[in-house]
Order: sequence, then structure tokens, then C-alpha cells
Amino acid sequence: MARKEKPLKPIRRIHGGAKLPHHKNSAEIQTEVMPAPDTVYIPLSQHIGAPANPIVKKGDQVFVGTIIAEATGFVSAPVHSSVSGTVKGVVDKVLNGAAAVKCVEIESDGEMKIDPDLKAFPVNTAEDIAAAAKACGLVGLGGAGFPAHVKLSPSKDTKIDTLIINAAECEPYITSDYRECMENVDGIIAATYLLKEKLNIEKVIICVENNKPKAIEKLMEVATNKQDVDDTVKLMKLPSTYPQGAEKVIIYSATGRKVPLGKLPSDVGCIVMNVTSLAKLYDFIVTGMPLTAKRITVDGSAVDTPKNLMVPIGTPISAVLKYLGIDADIVERIIMGGPMMGQPVSSLDAVVEKRTNALLIMKKDERARTTTACIRCGRCQKTCPMNLTPARVETAYKKGDTAAYKTLNVNYCIECGSCSFICPAKRPLTEVMRIAKIHLGGSKNE
Amino acid sequence: MSNLLKAASSPHIRHEDTTAGIMLDVVLALSPAAVYGCVIFGLRAVFVLLTTVITAIASEFLWNLILKKPQTIGDISAVVTGLLLGMNLSPYTPLPIAAIGSVAAIIVIKQMFGGLGYNFVNPALGARIILLVSFPSFMTKFSEPISDVISSATPLADLKATSIKTLFFGMHSGCIGETSAFLLIIGGLYLIVRKVINPIIPVSFIGTVALLATVSGENPLKYILSGGLMLGAIFMATDYVTSPTANWGKLIFGIGCGAITFVIRRFGSLPEGVSYAILLMNIITPLINRIPFSRPFGYKEVKTDE
Repeated sequence: MARKEKPLKPIRRIHGGAKLPHHKNSAEIQTEVMPAPDTVYIPLSQHIGAPANPIVKKGDQVFVGTIIAEATGFVSAPVHSSVSGTVKGVVDKVLNGAAAVKCVEIESDGEMKIDPDLKAFPVNTAEDIAAAAKACGLVGLGGAGFPAHVKLSPSKDTKIDTLIINAAECEPYITSDYRECMENVDGIIAATYLLKEKLNIEKVIICVENNKPKAIEKLMEVATNKQDVDDTVKLMKLPSTYPQGAEKVIIYSATGRKVPLGKLPSDVGCIVMNVTSLAKLYDFIVTGMPLTAKRITVDGSAVDTPKNLMVPIGTPISAVLKYLGIDADIVERIIMGGPMMGQPVSSLDAVVEKRTNALLIMKKDERARTTTACIRCGRCQKTCPMNLTPARVETAYKKGDTAAYKTLNVNYCIECGSCSFICPAKRPLTEVMRIAKIHLGGSKNE
Repeated sequence: MSNLLKAASSPHIRHEDTTAGIMLDVVLALSPAAVYGCVIFGLRAVFVLLTTVITAIASEFLWNLILKKPQTIGDISAVVTGLLLGMNLSPYTPLPIAAIGSVAAIIVIKQMFGGLGYNFVNPALGARIILLVSFPSFMTKFSEPISDVISSATPLADLKATSIKTLFFGMHSGCIGETSAFLLIIGGLYLIVRKVINPIIPVSFIGTVALLATVSGENPLKYILSGGLMLGAIFMATDYVTSPTANWGKLIFGIGCGAITFVIRRFGSLPEGVSYAILLMNIITPLINRIPFSRPFGYKEVKTDE
């Protein structure tokens, strides 16, 4: 019997944050499975860390779920075939950006036959969970692409007491996690209690933004499930203030704990998992099907009917456009991910990756944006969730005063994009923050 | 590679507010008091305001044209400067002097220091002070509303003679835009609701003056409703460029402005202290901005680690 329960309120609220237009146009649209394209190009590096090592060669027959590349270190992830067909080779291909990346090119036979060798992956211990995540090729599906098994294998002397399930989905447009909540609540329930038990977690907090009442209702089933005998699984309703879903922000909201600079969530006793990652991990444990397809939201000004598509990983964007019947000539910009942190796509050869959660396809921007001088309104400072002063960093950048970057704490920046978003003078503040971080010697905050 | 797309750094969406939009809001907020000034002081006031606004725009236009810089009059900041300056002048100001004020504001105080965002004092305020010290006799000639009688004293010179109601609604002599506290407060509330300004500076500024007046045995209401305090506290002290960005900084700034205003009014020989108070606080704003009022998220913990 479901208990009557109300969602929790956040323990703490971050400084700043931006109110964004939500544009969740595709929220109530059922996921549609996209048929396999003729050819997929599966990149060997779809995660943070060492690229995977290919173990297939030209002419090999592969199926959906066949491993095609092995992880090459602790921080790395294996890659699996997303279609059934014939390997055409391991090729260097320019997908997105200027540099060529190694990909496995597979010609699809169109039948999407599942690898007969796939079998369930039984788990008994915490180590098994991490091993399952690794074998699944699971990476942070929220967009970060950090190999999931790494965060599931904390060092022996760190005590993890809280599992935070991130269903905040704070970026505008994207509804892929939302659809996961709506379509697979049973999987989420099973995954939650399995992880809670095996990882010996004291408290599970499922976090959703308050702009998704239906998802809150659905996920309440997780928190009020009969398996939750000691009432340790809670649902938390977060304000829809961007960037609520950012790892440090969600930990602070859910537990009041601050992750210090350069530290990981495990250092404050937390594991944060994206809701889709969690469900995928459970699916792998039960069926043995690794991460081969990804639900992406397709929206933007060039898209007449927004959709949630289940797309085989490695599908070129040109194939997605063709499937949706979008004329490539009217497209001016494509963003992979959300409009705040998403990567711009420079060519239609770019492919859908594990961490892709949306494709925003834009027509020519109708409004011209004029940049003016900084008027020192202080909005960037007020909005920054990390409590930084982007406008002053920009001043230092223009003066070439790289020494000031340290005193201005640019290495704390999480590159959420809020400062550029809010700036009335339309200055490229986030871009400058990124450059300043590189000057300071890499980002230690991610 | 075929079919190259346009790629720009994230974020890919922007807030609808623009610099020009903010400036337009300020103009809008100033207009009730400006219109009221024109009604009670007549055509002279209209001409003064027109002169300052048009000269301000023209100065910026010509500066950019002559120095071959990108044209910036579209950001509407020159209109704000011109309007504010005009509202801070007596309706009896000779038009050439009003024009000199606008040229000084735009060219000397704003553009010579780098244009919008780089001026170290509020341009309109700086220009008013330049005019005050350059042409003192013209700048202190006021007239009673409606009638055309020239009098040299504003209610500030003889506070006891004017009722609070008169002061609040503004039917008394003074600069064009400073007389009606009521309309200025309405404009200020509009800016606060539109989130253009933060109430900290005006509230702490006016609050400090009221508090100090009460302590020294004066009528606080008359003190805050007279002279240029409302106009200065709501519209000039809140100038983004020359006031601190952090909230604690704004509070220090507001209290400082209030204290200096009170000291000048109470003990100084000048009739009005608001302009100088804001000017002095403008100058120390860069120092206030250097005070690290807040630490980045997750900062303390790192310190204890080390």
C-alpha cells in the first residue's frame, strides 16, 4: 500500500541561479524508436578518460550489444555495437569539430538482431554493481559522460550514505529523463532498491524540479514503494532554478553538503546518478543489454513536431534529420544537449553519442544580438551559482591580467552558462570563464 | 566535410533584457517626475530638458563619428544622462549652460574615460557639479511653480516654511525633476519591480539621512522630502557603473551617501549635499568592490583541508 507522503523541500538553496524559459514541448510525447540508419560511426571515446581499444576488424559480423571496444584503464568505458551488421573498419573521421576521432564504422543489415550471447549480469556485492556499470559501458547520461563505475567504486575509507537520483533535468527543451520517469517507473523502483541494498546506502533522495508535476507523481511511487520499509527513500521537489541539476548544486540542495573545490561527491558521502543511467544499469543487470541506444529529445525552431527518439548510438545527425524529414538547407545551428551547456555541432556528420540527450535544431536566428559595453549591473554575479564575479574576470581577461584569475577564483566555475544568459549587454562571459580556466591550468572543478 | 553549420559557444539562449531595454526602463521611470516638472515650471523646463537630452545624444554621436568608433547612441544611455542632468537643473538655467552640462557629462566624464561602463562618477551628477562650481549664480536661481516669480531659495533653505504635503507632492520651487517625491518614488518602485535596481541603495541612503536627522532633532520627513535626495538616491546613486555590485557593498555605499549628505546639509555651508555625497561614494566604489564579501561555493572546506 502506498503511504501518503509529500515531497521534501530542499535543505539548502544555492546562491543565484537563473529562471529560464522551460520549452519542454516534447514532455508528453511518447518515445519513438528510430530504425537503424544504413551506417553507424561509433566513437571510441564517448566518455571522460582513456579511449576504448577496438577489438573488431573489417568484415566482422556484429549484433546489437556486441562489444566492439574494451576499456583501457580504470577511467574508461567499453563500447558496444548499436546495430547488427558488418564492421567496415576502424576509421579516423571528423565528426564534430576540427579533429578526427577514431570510430568503428558498421554497416547495418537493418534487422537489429540482438547478440545471442548477451546474458543477465547477477550482482551480489557493491563491487558487482560497479563491474556491471563498467561492462554496460555506462557513462554519466546527464551529459557529463563520466564513466559510471568510477563513482560506484569509492575508496574503502570513504563512507557513502546518500544516493541522489538526479531527475532534475534543468536544461530547457530536454525531456529525455522525464520520459524515462514516465515510461519506466518500474525499472527505476527496482534499480533504486537494488542499489540501496547492494551499496548499503542509508538514504536515497530522488530530485525533480517542480516544473514536472507528473514526474513527481510517478516518482512518488518509488518513494512510497512497499520495499521502503524503514522510509529511507525520499522524493525532493527542487525549485526550477537553473542549474538545479548540476552535481554540486543538487548535492547542496538535497543534503546541505558542499563539495569543496577539486573534490568529488563521494568526499561528502554522496553518489549522484542520473535517472536514465540508473534505469539503464538495472536493465543491463537483468537483460545483459549494454548501452547501445539513447533517448534524445529533438526540438528547436527547425522542428515542427518535437519528439523523443530512441536512437542507436553512432547514428549520424544527417540520418536523424532524414528520418524526421527536416530539410538540411534550412538548418543554421544544431546543438547537442541543452541550450545552456550543449555542444554546438559543426557538421551533419556528427553522431549521437552515449551522453547525448537532445538535439536542438535551429533555423536562422531572427533576432540580431548587439553586444554593448558592460554596464556593471552585477547580474552575472547575482546569478552565478558558484558565487563568482564573471564581469570582473572578463575585465581581467581583456587586460591580459592572468594573475587575477586566481584571486577571482575562476577555477570554481562549473561553466553552466548562467552569466552569459543573464547578461543584458550580451557579453560572452561563460566563454571568457572557460578560457580563463584553461589559463589557470585546467578545470579542477568538474 | 559537407554542410557546415554555425557553431557558437554555449549558452545558446539569452535573456531578453538588453542594455537599451534597461536604459529605456530608467527613462520611463524618470518621466512622471520630468513631466510634472514641465507642468509646474512651464515651457522653460521643457526647453531645458530638450536641450540636455538632445545635446547629450549629439555629443555621443559626434564623439563616435569623429573618433571613428562604433556608434553607441542606440544603447539609450545618453538619453538617461541627458534627462537626469536636465531634471537636476533649475528651470531658469540658460540653455547654453544646460548644453555645456550635457557636453561635459558625455564627453568629459563618460567618453574620455572609455565610454559606457568606464566612467568613475555618474555623468549627470558630475556635470551638475561642474556647472555648480562654474556657474554658481545661474545654478541657484529658482522659481515658484506656475507663477514666474524668481526666488533664490528652495524649501531646503527654509524647511520650516513648507508643509510635508507640499514637499511630498512637489508643488514648490527647486530643480525641474526633484520636487515631487511622490512621483520619484513611483518611478523607483517601477524600477524595483522590473528588477532594474536593487532597493538596498535608495533605502539605506534615505534611511541613514532620516535616522541622522531624527537623532539631531530635525524633522526627518522634511529632511528626506526636500532637495535632491529622492532623485539622487533613487536614480543617481543606483547607477550601475558607479555603485558597488555586491549587496553588502551597496549597503556600505548607501549608508555612506546618507551620512555625507546629512553632514553637508547640517554642518556645511552648501545648500545641498546629495550630489557631493554620491560623488564621493562613486569615487570609492572601486575600493568597495574589492572587498571580498562572498566566497565561492565550496571555498571554506578547501581552506580547512590545507
